Amino acid sequence: MIHSLFLINCSGDIFLEKHWKSVVSQSVCDYFFEAQEKAADVENVPPVISTPHHYLISIYRDKLFFVSVIQTEVPPLFVIEFLHRVADTFQDYFGECSEAAIKDNVVIVYELLEEMLDNGFPLATESNILKELIKPPTILRSVVNSITGSSNVGDTLPTGQLSNIPWRRAGVKYTNNEAYFDVIEEIDAIIDKSGSTVFAEIQGVIDACIKLSGMPDLSLSFMNPRLLDDVSFHPCIRFKRWESERVLSFIPPDGNFRLISYRVSSQNLVAIPVYVKHNISFKENSSCGRFDITIGPKQNMGKTIEGITVTVHMPKVVLNMNLTPTQGSYTFDPVTKMLTWDIGKITPQKLPSLKGLVNLQSGAPKPEENPSLNIQFKIQQLAISGLKVNRLDMYGEKYKPFKGVKYITKAGKFQVRT
Amino acid sequence: MTPMQRFLQLPGTMVKPPGSKGGEEATSPVLTPEGSTPAWYQALQPDELRQLQTSEQDVSPEGGSDGASHSQPLRHDDLKEMLDTNKDSLKLEAMKRIVAMIARGKNASDLFPAVVKNVACKNIEVKKLVYVYLVRYAEEQQDLALLSISTFQRGLKDPNQLIRASALRVLSSIRVPIIVPIMMLAIKEAASDMSPYVRKTAAHAIPKLYSLDSDQKDQLIEVIEKLLADKTTLVAGSVVMAFEEVCPERIDLIHKNYRKLCNLLIDVEEWGQVVIINMLTRYARTQFLSPNKNESLLEENPEKAFYGSEEDESKGSGPGLEEAAAPLAARRPYIMDPDHRLLLRNTKPLLQSRSAAVVMAVAQLYFHLAPKAEVGVIAKALVRLLRSHSEVQYVVLQNVATMSIKRRGMFEPYLKSFYIRSTDPTQIKILKLEVLTNLANETNIPTVLREFQTYIRSMDKDFVAATIQAIGRCATNIGRVRDTCLNGLVQLLSNRDELVVAESVVVIKKLLQMQPSQHGEIIKHLAKLTDNIQVPMARASILWLIGEYCEHVPRIAPDVLRKMAKSFTAEEDIVKLQVINLAAKLYLTNSKQTKLLTQYVLSLAKYDQNYDIRDRARFTRQLIVPSEQGGTLSRHAKKLFLAPKPAPVLESSFKDRDHFQLGSLSHLLNAKATGYQELPDWPEEAPDPSVRNVEVPEWTKCSNREKRKEKEKPFYSDSEGESGPTESADSDPESVSESESKSSNESGSGTSSDEDEDEDESDEQEADEKKKGRRGGQEASRDSGESDQSEEEQKKVKRKKKAHERKETSESSEEEGSASDSSSSESESASESEEEEEEDQTEPDTWRRKTPPSSKIIPKPKEISLLDLEDFTPPSIQPVSPPRVVSNSLVTDLEGLTLTDSSLAPSNPWHLVIQLQPPWASTSLTPPRQPPSSYALKLDSSMSPSSHQWGS
Repeated sequence: MIHSLFLINCSGDIFLEKHWKSVVSQSVCDYFFEAQEKAADVENVPPVISTPHHYLISIYRDKLFFVSVIQTEVPPLFVIEFLHRVADTFQDYFGECSEAAIKDNVVIVYELLEEMLDNGFPLATESNILKELIKPPTILRSVVNSITGSSNVGDTLPTGQLSNIPWRRAGVKYTNNEAYFDVIEEIDAIIDKSGSTVFAEIQGVIDACIKLSGMPDLSLSFMNPRLLDDVSFHPCIRFKRWESERVLSFIPPDGNFRLISYRVSSQNLVAIPVYVKHNISFKENSSCGRFDITIGPKQNMGKTIEGITVTVHMPKVVLNMNLTPTQGSYTFDPVTKMLTWDIGKITPQKLPSLKGLVNLQSGAPKPEENPSLNIQFKIQQLAISGLKVNRLDMYGEKYKPFKGVKYITKAGKFQVRT
Repeated sequence: MTPMQRFLQLPGTMVKPPGSKGGEEATSPVLTPEGSTPAWYQALQPDELRQLQTSEQDVSPEGGSDGASHSQPLRHDDLKEMLDTNKDSLKLEAMKRIVAMIARGKNASDLFPAVVKNVACKNIEVKKLVYVYLVRYAEEQQDLALLSISTFQRGLKDPNQLIRASALRVLSSIRVPIIVPIMMLAIKEAASDMSPYVRKTAAHAIPKLYSLDSDQKDQLIEVIEKLLADKTTLVAGSVVMAFEEVCPERIDLIHKNYRKLCNLLIDVEEWGQVVIINMLTRYARTQFLSPNKNESLLEENPEKAFYGSEEDESKGSGPGLEEAAAPLAARRPYIMDPDHRLLLRNTKPLLQSRSAAVVMAVAQLYFHLAPKAEVGVIAKALVRLLRSHSEVQYVVLQNVATMSIKRRGMFEPYLKSFYIRSTDPTQIKILKLEVLTNLANETNIPTVLREFQTYIRSMDKDFVAATIQAIGRCATNIGRVRDTCLNGLVQLLSNRDELVVAESVVVIKKLLQMQPSQHGEIIKHLAKLTDNIQVPMARASILWLIGEYCEHVPRIAPDVLRKMAKSFTAEEDIVKLQVINLAAKLYLTNSKQTKLLTQYVLSLAKYDQNYDIRDRARFTRQLIVPSEQGGTLSRHAKKLFLAPKPAPVLESSFKDRDHFQLGSLSHLLNAKATGYQELPDWPEEAPDPSVRNVEVPEWTKCSNREKRKEKEKPFYSDSEGESGPTESADSDPESVSESESKSSNESGSGTSSDEDEDEDESDEQEADEKKKGRRGGQEASRDSGESDQSEEEQKKVKRKKKAHERKETSESSEEEGSASDSSSSESESASESEEEEEEDQTEPDTWRRKTPPSSKIIPKPKEISLLDLEDFTPPSIQPVSPPRVVSNSLVTDLEGLTLTDSSLAPSNPWHLVIQLQPPWASTSLTPPRQPPSSYALKLDSSMSPSSHQWGS
């Protein structure tokens, strides 16, 4: 399946290579560079490239390209999914998935890659198992290791591999037993020129951080489970229970993991928490235009909207912008033509606005389209869909855990067309 | 290898034929299990050794980095020293540095001797890193790599399963052909290891050995067969992977494991699930009948069958079925094989997997295997994947595009999920556009067009061009919006961007070809544009249009020709060709006005620099100007030039891509990838289903999870409910039960038509026994004893039994009855009842006797458990969106397509004067970075003016 993996940074250096079968020369990446050049934008590099003898399947994560070399038919999503899993694992181990982190921990990276694939087929990809095989680096451990000469490598088979719950390691012990759930909802929306909603949808996830001793068997129930239209589960969840009782019943992995992700049916009306008044115009035959946007709260369920940022990709002919924000600060990058307005909190008494002039390249025809506004915001303590966790029960262990649920709503792909 | 074999004093035939036993192996020197230094080791003289080493290096595939190691041979001395010390910490440090070198792609092969010594190191981390090194360089330094073999052989016997597994892993990963026999032996041993982890490793080792020496195939298949029978989820995925790589054609190995694999599936890890599902898709295509074979029948019924209450079914479907069945009487009604149903049922929960690859695998399984009415369930899951990483989106959208051509209804409810954001990468935008175009129909076209209207003003010009084409496709596919689209496109002609204008002209040309008579105005407008448009492709298109439809613009056409004659020398080649074309056509229709012009153009062309144009001029002149020699051709010139031409068909480039298995690399590339296994067509006749029977029926085996057990119940009870009709319908006398399968071997395929007096002799007691036999396989033998009747008799008996069983099931059956009935899907029940219909036609007597029980069953109120309902609710039949009032809203909506306020008046000339570089590519209709597809070819052939030379 996966023959080799090359990690390539933004400037086109291959800084790590790993082969699971015979060695494939680095020159195979030339095809990738060629495609990259053609694509102009990193996002437009096709994920699958066919070369005379190999196929290259790549992903772009955190300013790094993970390029895998394939020789025979394999579902492309299989490889893409795996590469993302590799990136996730690096993130998990080193806190970030960057060139520096990988270079610093190259031996651990190599050991990880060795465990994750055998002959190109995934072997152990669960973080719980990997962490037993290869311990993540910590400062304390590296100090201890250098003194005692012991290693990061576990010498026993991870118990999870053999049990029916391969995602959890055995013998977990905590003094404080805690279980936290973050219900995070993102609003994806397209708002048209006149302010009406073209498309809106709520995408949610429940991320869990479970630090419980032993083998706890949890069940999480909702007040209104019917809201969840389309759910995808962590493998630990008992599908049958969900189907019959709409209860999430599971033996959790140890640590952080994504329990479910869900979509709230699009039939339900989605409350849009902000509105935007905009007036962007470019004058014909003159080298300037007007730019005026105002943001206000709407349907915010009595919570404050915070962390608002507006990003606008201005047309190419825009040279510069002279704006005055009533709140927050703005930056305009004349090279990428990105306007970013960092607002912060909305206070309903005084709505934040950004007004001013746009300088255009003289002589060039005025842009035909007004740019779309991409909006980011956050609302704490609110799940916009109204989803509520009812209770969490634990079976199988005697202690009483500390339980917590947090709700947060964010803007996902929230776009206002102007 | 010969020098090495000499050193090793091995017999030339180290590769043993299958069947040779271990005793022999023990005597061969390499296989000596103990670590004592064998004699052959000393045979290596140091000099020879060095020589070998360097020669190996020279041929090593390492390109540029190779030279570095030669030029600085001493650089690694410090590392060698560190490796030679007794201190583990130093060794570890050295190994870490070496691994870092490997990771950066630097050559560290000269350290091989120093490293390989440490293979037996006690420190587990050093050991692991040595393994990493070995696997990387063993292929290049085969002789030295042999030094490490004995360590692994010892490791294979270690009491710790982790060490056994890792020894096997490394042993099988060092690609040294000489150790093939050792590997074979090790794999065989590991395949029967106590630890499933070691067995999994063995499964991984199989393809490794196969790629090293394909002669081992037969022996490896034996191992695969053995491992396929393994009941642990840990092994299942890996062994199926091995199966796919080594012997994908040996589908017969799957039979006995089919049900087990289906049932284990949900507990296998994600990667294994993908591989197993893909393999099972292929398997099912060879073993089951197409569920959509009787399409007309399914189309007639699915709604009723799935959603109607049981009452509806019994009375409502009756007459409908009769109609449907009439033309199909000759064909055999379809009843899904219970194993087929099992597969569909057990894969369905996996649509909820967090892994995109698994979801895609299930989606393609449903697309290729499920009855039409049930395929809809996958749409929701696929749409969910659109939230994922952009690479995932890219792959999913490609597949959705293919699916949406065949099963448009499936994605229609999710139309809005494919709306495009300005932040999407271009390649995603174009794919979404493709899907939107495929999904457009009479009802949603206003919304879609309004959306397209937004896209046309995008800054991303590639995307705009694609949008214009999409509008063109909508216009061709949906007749009622053609005029609106056309008007919208004409508005675009006054766009500032020349690319947009050119693309519009090209699309307009295609649309006009469909109904030229009504659009004289547009042609006139286009004619005026020739003054402004510079893009050659667009000019050529306009000229072609005017020529082709000169009778609609009799007054303008000659004038256009006059203008073009003036500028002829300055035109691009494709434009020149079209000018000649136009001249010829006008000469034929209106020679009075254009004779001189034509002659002028032809003379100009005669001396053109381009030989194509010279040729064309000569050719045209011969055709249209009657010459002295008879001029037979010129008499038919009008027919040649002005023959009616079929309008181009605007098709999706994703059409017919579904002959590749969806989700596969080949599908994505639209070309067969190496190692792609064709998805076989459904068989005409179902192969013997009894091959999947195993000694002990699967459901009696303990399944460690409750849910699995529960899940199986409906399946088996289902089979009871259904298998009756299956048998009577199919001439194939087999059923799922053991006894029958055994007898089936003798019975072959009898004819079911001759059914007479023996019917009554079957008794209920026997039926009961049969049922038991099915439940507990142990009784199978007894049953088979009983089934020593004549073939014909047996068949009838069976049929009868089924009738009884069904009755019983419906009446009593605490454990399964309710489940079975409620869960029996519509398609099944529909076909069941329809099957009765057929019997009715062929054998009225039996029908009368049989119907009472069955009709009794159907209307009986049942407990409907949640799960079953869910299982069989195909969202594809979600309430069809209410038909909209099209007339008014459509009109207003479509007006929205008008893009600018300017009317048909030509736009300001000044901005069009900018001479663009006129590459074909800029107006090429092929979406970027896609392999040349049928779509593009078709467009090109219909587009390129040169292709009209014969027809025009």
